[in-house]
Amino acid sequence: MDVMPKWADVVLVPIVSLVLAAFLSALLILAIGESPSEALKLMVEGTLMRSAGWGYMLYYTTNFIFTGLAVSVAFHAALFNIGGEGQAMIGGLGVALVCLFIPWPHWSLAIIGASFGAAIFGMIWAGLPAYLQAKRGSHIVITTIMFNFIAAGVLNFFLVGALKPKGSMDPATANFPTSTHLPTFEDMAQILGIEKMFRSAPANVSFFIALLACVAVWYLIWRTPLGYEIRALGKSGPAARYAGVGSVKIIMIAMMISGALCGMMAINTTQGESERLILNFTEGAGFIGIAVALMGRSHPLGVLLAALLFGFLYQGGAELALWTKIPREMIIVIQALVILFTGALTLMVRAPLERLFLAVWKG
Amino acid sequence: MSFMKSILSSAAAVAISASAAVADPAIIFDLGGKFDKSFNESAFTGAQRWADETGGSFREIELQNEAQREQALRRFAEAGSNPIVMAGFAFADALSKVAPDYPDTKFAVIDVNWLSMPNVRGIGFNEHEGSYLVGMLAAQASKTGTVGFVGGMDIPLIRRFGCGYAQGVKAVNPNATVIANMTGTTPAAWNDPVKGSELTKAQISQGADVVFAAAGGTGVGVLQTAADEGILSIGVDANQNWMHPGKVLTSMLKRVDNAVYDAFKQGDNLETGNFQMGIANGGVGYALDDNNASLITADMQAKVDASAASISSGSMSVHNYTDDETCPAVSF
Repeated sequence: MDVMPKWADVVLVPIVSLVLAAFLSALLILAIGESPSEALKLMVEGTLMRSAGWGYMLYYTTNFIFTGLAVSVAFHAALFNIGGEGQAMIGGLGVALVCLFIPWPHWSLAIIGASFGAAIFGMIWAGLPAYLQAKRGSHIVITTIMFNFIAAGVLNFFLVGALKPKGSMDPATANFPTSTHLPTFEDMAQILGIEKMFRSAPANVSFFIALLACVAVWYLIWRTPLGYEIRALGKSGPAARYAGVGSVKIIMIAMMISGALCGMMAINTTQGESERLILNFTEGAGFIGIAVALMGRSHPLGVLLAALLFGFLYQGGAELALWTKIPREMIIVIQALVILFTGALTLMVRAPLERLFLAVWKG
Repeated sequence: MSFMKSILSSAAAVAISASAAVADPAIIFDLGGKFDKSFNESAFTGAQRWADETGGSFREIELQNEAQREQALRRFAEAGSNPIVMAGFAFADALSKVAPDYPDTKFAVIDVNWLSMPNVRGIGFNEHEGSYLVGMLAAQASKTGTVGFVGGMDIPLIRRFGCGYAQGVKAVNPNATVIANMTGTTPAAWNDPVKGSELTKAQISQGADVVFAAAGGTGVGVLQTAADEGILSIGVDANQNWMHPGKVLTSMLKRVDNAVYDAFKQGDNLETGNFQMGIANGGVGYALDDNNASLITADMQAKVDASAASISSGSMSVHNYTDDETCPAVSF
């Protein structure tokens, strides 16, 4: 045997990476004169010991599931979609148009409409670079990241112009009508007769849509012919083409699914949380999605777990900002360390771990 | 039994620490961060002054994203912070949701004066009045008869600055030209000193020899370029005369620091309602110190102080852009 068993690869490598990241973060916190154990305690208590903490964590997690799945689907076709931010922004525009201009009688219909709006807008925004890649060979990494800037410009144009209510200072749309507001976890707990659970936390029904999306992506990638073609093209382009897989078609489809998933992130932030379209609503989730997909090994279950971890880091970071003097830049550094170790440096961890594992296995 | 005891004693400890924290005020800075050399930093200065004078301590947070606005308000309110001060109009939406849930907590919010809630203190500033005064100084200091205005993000609030400034200029010299430019339409315009510098150069090439920057961090570039090119500039919010001594004509003071200091000082007895801070109650004004004493003649000062007196007595009023979204003195 010359490789370590799969379970070790899937379980041990991320855990060791996390421990390393946590260790370095602890040193950093020590260096600025705060207690790392106190910081960890704050993060855990503020996130996992309070229902509202869960509510915030799952809100962030919902975003990261959508963008993580989006990046994963593109990864399977060997495409690196770093345009998640832009696709989500345009998706948000879709949500806003659907919610503002169609009189929905009930949220359950509105969320279906908004999901379609978000998915179609995100799909179009990912489809343009995909077409350039498939037909013209323009590299998807370059085009998608440039499309982020164009998307920011487009969003800006609408938010300071046509969609901004007159006299308002904020670059934001008017509030969506009440009938489109999504039930939060707090509302759902009240229906079940539990008071004061998830108090005013932003997590809402779109979390369940994210879970459904996990199942759908798993089914698509491993249980359908299209998924097989996507994976075949990703593993070896020439072999796939030889087997009769149309690469133009698959590139377009994989990227458009990816864009649709990114766009759907906006139903959580825009329809679910702010209940109006604001600038900055993506908050970097499009980029965090890359780390989530890398850490989750492009598998929906892995993406879900990684998204939970990053949701924890975001909410825990807020707790640190609230109760300690740790500056917010340091919190970003800690989050970046986790991304660095779990995403970029897995190979650094895997090789020694594998050697160690094999030595022990033989002995 | 001992387990039960430890739980009870730790609960008691929590209760004690919670009650000890009751009087601690809290301040929430906007996404710009507390060291923006302008609005947020001014708020921080006020909070720090309160802490230095009273020896008290306060909680603070710099927001990282939009979802944290409501969260920070609720967590501070639940932890017993009172009063809770917010810097910026962007909190209006979150505060109107949160305030009714915490009737015993007092909130103060700066640049918002349209909420009427029993436990909210809204603090608005008459920026047009302060801008009028520095506009008068600009027109008197200008030799070319052309002065400039560089705004940050193009929102009605900043147009209010620009409109007051232009009225002040025209009051001294009806034939003067006012060139008004905005840096951008997004929050990034608050922190773009390079673009501020470019706009200043463009205004200089059109003949401007005094430039007023009402643009947050972008103003740093405006003041720098004005000093480099040998013309005068006017700072904003805080007293920025010290940044280029002898080259900054004056600064339009908006005493955000006083507003925060007052709110902290009143503590949990904070007087609520909407307050308008103008020349009359020292909320806005112009800065005069050693750094610009040589630039302001006694004649200039006498003229401006006369106008300030008649504005505060109510015998003269400056048109407020946000009343009707028009400006008689300049077009944006």
